[in-house]
Amino acid sequence: MIYLYILAMAGVTYLIRMIPLTVFQKKIKKRWIRSFLYYVPYACLTAMTVPAVFYATGNPLSAAFGVAAAVILACRGKSLVTVAAGACITVFLAEQLLMHILL
Amino acid sequence: MKHGKAANRKQELLGGIKDGVPIALGYLSVSFSIGIMAVSSGFSVFQGAFMSLTNVTSAGQFAGIRVIAAGGTLFELVLTQVIINLRYALMSLSLSQKLSEDITLWQRLVIAFANTDEIFAVAMSHAKSLTFPYMLGLECLPILGWTGGTILGGAAGQLLPAPVGSALSVALYGMFIAVVVPEAVKKRPVLIVAAAAALVSCAFRYLPFFSGISEGISIIISTAAAALLGALFFPVKEETKDGGNEGGTAS
Repeated sequence: MIYLYILAMAGVTYLIRMIPLTVFQKKIKKRWIRSFLYYVPYACLTAMTVPAVFYATGNPLSAAFGVAAAVILACRGKSLVTVAAGACITVFLAEQLLMHILL
Repeated sequence: MKHGKAANRKQELLGGIKDGVPIALGYLSVSFSIGIMAVSSGFSVFQGAFMSLTNVTSAGQFAGIRVIAAGGTLFELVLTQVIINLRYALMSLSLSQKLSEDITLWQRLVIAFANTDEIFAVAMSHAKSLTFPYMLGLECLPILGWTGGTILGGAAGQLLPAPVGSALSVALYGMFIAVVVPEAVKKRPVLIVAAAAALVSCAFRYLPFFSGISEGISIIISTAAAALLGALFFPVKEETKDGGNEGGTAS
């Protein structure tokens, strides 16, 4: 059953990538559709991150530190991997710290 | 002359492979957390790897794992993938303009498989028109890195001590932040759209009125509402870099 779900995901994703590359070879003209598509990644990534990220770690406070670190690093133009690593390390340190304060 | 063509093809292939190395390394580390997440959501390591190999998309897989783990319907899953991965349509459209003229239909069918955000970005910044061997070379290592990282993450995730696992689980979110924040700082409309998406998403999570709504539907509605807001109030200028590029999202 789970493979059916995975294959359905794969099929949809492939079709989205494949159809414009083969069938439609003209540019999208409608301005509002182009605008909508332009904003989709930002809206989607934000909706997936907030508020879920605050429940991803041991506790919301350590996650908040991780988010803050990621935002600061991202503002400084660091690469995707650097930002992700910075967030992980910050969460790890914050959780160690919180553990010492609470215990 | 035939010999020269073959040598040229080999050169193009090697050039593509070389350009794919940094993408593959990035994917290796990021898909590690996809693997951890898949296994902690009840997938086997093999199922996680199978998903990465067949999908090659971070945000889509991320949302897909959550929908499947939450027991969502197939319809909900498909709809989530359509919305989240819609940006690839735009990228494929741009990519098709840059392919060299002798590329055949079946070669296009192969290239389409791994047209990820990063591969698209590298391909579009390539100085020459894109040949099939180049695209093949460019895509092969990132696919391996993406799948390999998922296997490593899925296998190691079970062995890692809890605090390390907890810390690694924010890796993907960190990457999402790395995509959104720099653009939001530069462009006010992106900031407003992102804020709107966060607001709607929080409303779904916290308002008792919406408590019955599943995660996948929440992501879809938040995304569509915020992007629509952007399209209506801040339409992008005509003929920017033709989509995609501005969207430079993770995989």
